[in-house]
Order: sequence, then structure tokens, then C-alpha cells
Amino acid sequence: MSLSYERIQEKLNEKFGAETLQWETLYDILTVTAPRELNLKILQFLYDDEEMGFRFLTDICAVHYPDNEGAELAVVYHVHNLVQNVRLRLKVYAPVAAPDVYTATSVFPGANWMERETYDFFGVNFVGHPKLKRILNVDEMDYFPLRKEYPLEDQTRIDKDDEMFGRGGSYN
Amino acid sequence: MSDLIYQGRPVRFNNTIKMVEAPPGIEGEGFFVTKLSEVVGMGRKNSLWPLPFATSCCGIEFMATMASHYDLARFGSERVGFSPRQCDLLMVMGTIAKKMGPVLRQVYLQMAEPRWVIAVGACASSGGIFDTYSVLQGIDQVIPVDVYVPGCPPRPEAILDGFMKIQDLVGNESIRRRNSPQYKALLGEYGIQ
Repeated sequence: MSLSYERIQEKLNEKFGAETLQWETLYDILTVTAPRELNLKILQFLYDDEEMGFRFLTDICAVHYPDNEGAELAVVYHVHNLVQNVRLRLKVYAPVAAPDVYTATSVFPGANWMERETYDFFGVNFVGHPKLKRILNVDEMDYFPLRKEYPLEDQTRIDKDDEMFGRGGSYN
Repeated sequence: MSDLIYQGRPVRFNNTIKMVEAPPGIEGEGFFVTKLSEVVGMGRKNSLWPLPFATSCCGIEFMATMASHYDLARFGSERVGFSPRQCDLLMVMGTIAKKMGPVLRQVYLQMAEPRWVIAVGACASSGGIFDTYSVLQGIDQVIPVDVYVPGCPPRPEAILDGFMKIQDLVGNESIRRRNSPQYKALLGEYGIQ
């Protein structure tokens, strides 16, 4: 019997309470939004339970929503049940003032580098991570580049032509 | 050369060998007088050993340049080395991130004089299309560059053209250049002693 989205929803709701979880299906993958204290418990449950069996962590990433007061940083986990070929997305929200989220490295060792990358670009502090330092950017960088308030472009250039970037002159 | 005989039959292929032109000088019975810089330049430019610092797509174009169709070995760089200690020409091909900058500088510092640098492609010359927080906007922010080859990626013919310009620079360089105050000032701008 293959694992269906209704079954996943049933089991998680009964274990963690239907009021605490929100469900939606985005881009063909069932998405559950949970309070951030529960992220490790949910991942552990999804891993250990024989019927659920979400034993493969595909990706951890973050999204910055500057307009969502109190829940600006969303950390998104994509887990995959390789046996039944079912994917699930788990989202937790954290405020930008205290962006602490429990680390998933105890469940998935592969989460180590993915969480370092999420920290590097968004500043999400993973509590309990063995070595939370910058992985892709220069170590001396003092800001989190993928947050929406920072520009993409290198700020040291002085020879740029604004016309080519669609601002100033004939575009405004 | 076209009347070579091999195993009794005239050689039909590969029988026009190009020789490098001798520099202008005074010739006589058993002696040839010319400028030292000319001879040294001629020797160096026809046997440059490049160090391919290939990072991304331009590295693929370099592989095409080294392959048989656009052969770089014709120009004397039969032996590419991957050790900076043994190479004259640092060919930087590809996007250099800010995190890679110190590594590139370290490789440049390990090269022995005389050394030349060619920046192949738009990313090495100026950051290219990647005007972002993580890409070094041109390798001339960390090391002095002699020739820039524009293109994204430049065709192998363009890389060969850049290489030939390096050969011109090498052939015409004064042998006192590396000790001159202008060169020291240039290196001083980059913080290299």
C-alpha cells in the first residue's frame, strides 16, 4: 500500500495536533507549516516511523519575507521517502530578531552543510549545530547577503552605466 | 627540407618545418652578434609554459585551444604545468570568486620571475556578467595582469590571439624590466614585494 498524502496528514495531525499544523499543497508537494520548536520532533518522527519513512533530506533552504512581522525567515525542509517515492515539505517560521531554529544534524548528518549555507546567506541560527560558520562566502563578511535589504550587485564598482540596468535616464 | 628521404622514399607530409626567425644582428665566420634581450626574448616567447588556472566555462574553451584543432602547442607551450614554481604564464580562465582571490594571489606569488598573467574571458577581466557580492570584479584587483582576452567565452582563436600578444610582450621585454623601479612600484600597488 503506498503512502498517500491523506495518510501523512492524518498521522502528523494525530501526533502533533491539528491546530498546530497548517497544510497546503504547493507545486505538487504537500507542505506542512509547523511552529518552530517542533521542527526537530517532526523530522525525527518522519524519520523513525515505519510507515512514514522519510529518510532522505533533499534540501534545507530559507526564504526571507520582509513584510511578515514576527515571522520573516522561513526555513524550508524537503524530505523524501525513497521507498514509496513521496516528497514532503516542512516549513517553520522564525522572526528576524531571534532567528533560532533547532538543528537537524542529529537526524540527518547531511544537514550540516545545508544549515551552514542557510546561516551564511540568511543568518538563521541553528541551535546545537556542531560548527555553524560561513561556508560559501568570505569568512570576514559581516552581513547576510540573501536577505532582501541587501543589493545583489557588488558595491565597489564605479563605472556602471545605469541605463544598462534599467534605472535612471529613459526608464524612470 | 622538402628533399628529405626516409626509407628510400621522399617524405611527402610534414616536410615544411617553420623555423623562428633569427633576430637582426651582425654575422660573421663563426660568430653572430645581437642584443641579449633579443635572444633571450626569442627563447622565452617561443617556449612559454602556461599554468592553466581554469575555473569555469573559459576553461572548457581552453581545453579546446589545447586540443589538436586549435593546438596551443604550436606556439611552444607543449608542456602545460600545474605547478606555479615551474611556469611562466598564469592563464586565469573563468570566474574568480572573492573567496578564491587570496588563493589566486598565493599562486601568483609562488611563480618565479619572469612571469606574465593573461586574463581570459569577461569574468577574469572584469567580473563579467556576474556583478554580485561574491564575485571578484576582475582579477586585476589582486594581481597585475598583462593581457586581457575579452569574450564570454572567447573563441579559441581569441585565446590564441591573446597568447600571441603575450609572446609579443615577452619578445620585446627589456631584460632590466624586472629590476626597474616602475615594476617594483607596480608590484607595490598590489602589496607584493
